[in-house]
Amino acid sequence: MEEIAFLVPTSYYIILSGVLFAIGVAGVLLRRNAILLLMSVELMLNSANLAFAAFSRTFLDVGGQVFVFFVITVAAAEVAVGLALIVTIFHTKRSIDIDELHAMEG
Amino acid sequence: MNGLFSIAPLIIAAPFAGMLVNIAFGRRLMPNKDSIGPGLVASSMAGVSFLVALLMFVALLGSPQGADVPVLTWIDIQGGDISLNIPWTLKVDTLSSVMMLVVSGVGTVIHVYAIGYMHGDIDEKAYLRGLHGEEALDFKRRRYVKFFTFFNLFLGSMLILVTGNNYLMMFVGWELVGLCSYLLIGFWFDSPEANESGKIVGVLNSEAGKKAFIVNRVGDFGMLLALMLIFWTFGTLKFDDVFARAAAAAPTTPIPLGPFTPALGAVVTVITLLLLLGATGKSAQIPLFVWLPDAMAGPTPVSALIHAATMVTAGVYMIARSNVLYAMAPVSGMTVAVIGGLTAFVSGTIAVAQFDIKRVLAYSTISQLGFMFAAVGLGGYIAGIFHLATHAFFKALLFLSAGSVMHGMEHGHHAMAEGENGGGGGDEGHPFDPQDMRQMGGLHKHMKTTTWVYIVGALALSGIPPLAGFWSKDEILLEASLNSTLVYVLLGAATFFTALYMGRQIFMVFFGSERSEAARHAHESPPLMTTPLIVLAVLAIIGGLMNLPFGGFNQLGHWLERSVVNAHTGSFNIDVSITSTVLGLLAIGISYLLYGRKPLEEGQRDPLSTTGPVFTFLNHKWYWDELYDALFVRPFNRLSEFLANTIDWAFWHDFVHDGIIAQFVEGSSRSLRRVQTGYVRNYALAVLLGVVAILVYLVVRFLV
Amino acid sequence: MSFGTVLFLILALIAVVSAVGMLTSTNAVHAALFLVTNFVCIALFYLGLNAPFLAMVQITIYTGAIMVLFLFVIMLLGAAQVSLRSTLRWHGPLAVVLVLMLIGVAGVMAFSPAVNNNLTSPLALQEASTAFGSPQAVGEVLFSNYLLPFQMVGILLLVAMIGAVVLTREAKKPTRQPGPEESSPAGE
Repeated sequence: MEEIAFLVPTSYYIILSGVLFAIGVAGVLLRRNAILLLMSVELMLNSANLAFAAFSRTFLDVGGQVFVFFVITVAAAEVAVGLALIVTIFHTKRSIDIDELHAMEG
Repeated sequence: MNGLFSIAPLIIAAPFAGMLVNIAFGRRLMPNKDSIGPGLVASSMAGVSFLVALLMFVALLGSPQGADVPVLTWIDIQGGDISLNIPWTLKVDTLSSVMMLVVSGVGTVIHVYAIGYMHGDIDEKAYLRGLHGEEALDFKRRRYVKFFTFFNLFLGSMLILVTGNNYLMMFVGWELVGLCSYLLIGFWFDSPEANESGKIVGVLNSEAGKKAFIVNRVGDFGMLLALMLIFWTFGTLKFDDVFARAAAAAPTTPIPLGPFTPALGAVVTVITLLLLLGATGKSAQIPLFVWLPDAMAGPTPVSALIHAATMVTAGVYMIARSNVLYAMAPVSGMTVAVIGGLTAFVSGTIAVAQFDIKRVLAYSTISQLGFMFAAVGLGGYIAGIFHLATHAFFKALLFLSAGSVMHGMEHGHHAMAEGENGGGGGDEGHPFDPQDMRQMGGLHKHMKTTTWVYIVGALALSGIPPLAGFWSKDEILLEASLNSTLVYVLLGAATFFTALYMGRQIFMVFFGSERSEAARHAHESPPLMTTPLIVLAVLAIIGGLMNLPFGGFNQLGHWLERSVVNAHTGSFNIDVSITSTVLGLLAIGISYLLYGRKPLEEGQRDPLSTTGPVFTFLNHKWYWDELYDALFVRPFNRLSEFLANTIDWAFWHDFVHDGIIAQFVEGSSRSLRRVQTGYVRNYALAVLLGVVAILVYLVVRFLV
Repeated sequence: MSFGTVLFLILALIAVVSAVGMLTSTNAVHAALFLVTNFVCIALFYLGLNAPFLAMVQITIYTGAIMVLFLFVIMLLGAAQVSLRSTLRWHGPLAVVLVLMLIGVAGVMAFSPAVNNNLTSPLALQEASTAFGSPQAVGEVLFSNYLLPFQMVGILLLVAMIGAVVLTREAKKPTRQPGPEESSPAGE
């Protein structure tokens, strides 16, 4: 098997990344469940990772993959803290609807 | 001889050094209530100035062309085609040496007098405020030191004024003496007692100081304009350069002044008129003389030094110094002379109807300054400066003697108040006022020395030969008779009134019977005060020798001719002299008839008051203050009140600030606040909006 | 249409569908599972892009750790239902519009000539050696050029751990106030 047969134009990856990102953004904007909001954020991060990996392959630069590595790590940390926050808020407000958290309004 | 000139800066440094010493150590030099340390410091520094002035005189005898003694470079701006170079240089020539000698000499004498006088004055004020013991001593220390600090500052400033070699340095001195005048007039700014009409004396004193400063400001404004015009026209402010360029250029040279190009002659006329405006302020001529009578609120040495002998002569000096410019503008010269004549006449008439001993002398000063102005206006610069010098002698003498009289009256008041029970003193119904001539009388029995020196001063002032005043006034009258009948007539009338009011004063104060208890218990002043009086009296007698108008004796004239280009020595005209002497004697005779033969009794009205409304008019100073009040002060106050309350408070503050701007901010913030909904999703949407906007812009800009 | 492209399209479809599914499902557990599917697709994409190490990391960390964490929390909070009625009704249409714009921008970017010329660089047409995305290759670059970020990320993880622990700890009973205030239980 020639690898070249598996070659996909990079622009396809970019479109896909963009679409996934857009879906993630839609999720952030439209969902009121805090946990689902975080999941949408993860989706956004993944789409960016995909773009990074695609570019890494295009220019044969391992740095792109290293970056993906870092993003995954940071995402993990962020999820940990974010879920801890949600749990804490749930203790107080007994709800995970983020629309109920509007006390800091002007 | 030239090396001797280089010590000239010492003449200014000495008084300033004295001032600094007094500021730093003054209070330590006064351990007990009778010590005179600060006064000695100040007087010795004044003496040093006089010494330096004498040395300058000696130096000039050897090199009469004078010298410019540079001290430092003050302003040096080298522009493209305009540059400004103002050094701090002392001009030692015959004119400034005369001024230096007069200022420092009379200044030293008055300093010595003030040592003793201020002791009594401060003690009196402390007593009036009920201070005793340690409090009184502290009060005395502070005030005594403060007085001599200001006094030395004044002396230094006046010397800066007369020794400057450029207009700006003169202006610095000009302003400084104005400041010192303000400080010293308002020296008793916190006197809590009330006077006859119920006003607080302290407030009146500070208002007098303010009046002096503000009226002088008007004059200074004119002077500044003149300075600017001089610089613009001649490109420099140094005397020598200005006069050289002025003499060299033709009077029709056009001077570019914005959209206009007037001829040089016209510009010089404007300059000299503006300088005159400044001079009328500082030298108390019409229309800016109203501050001088009020300035009598200051202590008597202040009145003597500043408002008689030195500061008020600054205007005369300036005009004499600028003689080249005035020679180019005969219109201005005539204006100066007419103003001088009018002022001499008006203030002479006012003096006849005053009851305050110092006010009479104040109006007399204004009148004599009018004589000087008339002289320099008509080109008689030597006559003007001569009269300046002799006037310094006998006017200072008169003021200091008046101080001695007041001193005696106050002591009499105290002696009587402690001896008997009835406080009062003075006319029935009037509170005691040591300056009111109606409460004096018969003082020749109690104060012999003061009486005699006062008579000498009065005779000198009235122009009775062979005292000093006769020679100087005579020369002025001669000048006037040769050049302008109007001025001659005005000055002649002024001479008459001068003798009249001085005679009136002498008879009222020293002869007759005492009209109050205080007068009866008055006694002579201590030698520390009477010795300067005697010195000045001697000068008033022999001062005429400076410039006798006979051949070979015109020393001052010849002396000044070297500096004042347009000066001419006077001659002697027997007719003029006889006329002036006769006028003087006539006036003295009339005053004797009115006040001497039947001396005033207690409570009797002034015989002149039988002229009814004329007397009232004169007594109220021709209603000049009321005129200014209606013309300027009240509209100005109204304008100021309008600007403050209506425009500033009601409009800007209440309407624009609290109304429009505050409402706007509040309203806009109320609406903008709603952007902050508190919903995270809204914020995320906003971020997305921004991101999309940027991306679209970038794509459109770079990829499409 | 090469074999690779076909594979790509199928995988892409699955990825998008699962993403949309996560977006629209009402049940949180379903949404989590949809997301897992999406992540697996991404991992397969990594394989196709010569990044085997990343693929393994993706599956291990993302699906194996992060999603499991999500599921724990969902179960902890009882998968609370959130009503569908929204108080910000204008949000939806506006969000959709903006999202479509975003996709449009991505498309323009992807297919514009400037970008495309770069993306079909000679490098892209080369064969990539098997050493390209191997752990060894990644590790070499990671520990040499990116050593500092690596350490910092380590510290970041430490901080996140501590943060998570601190946030969810129950507050101690207050010991300093003997006053009339009742000592209230943590956080409520």
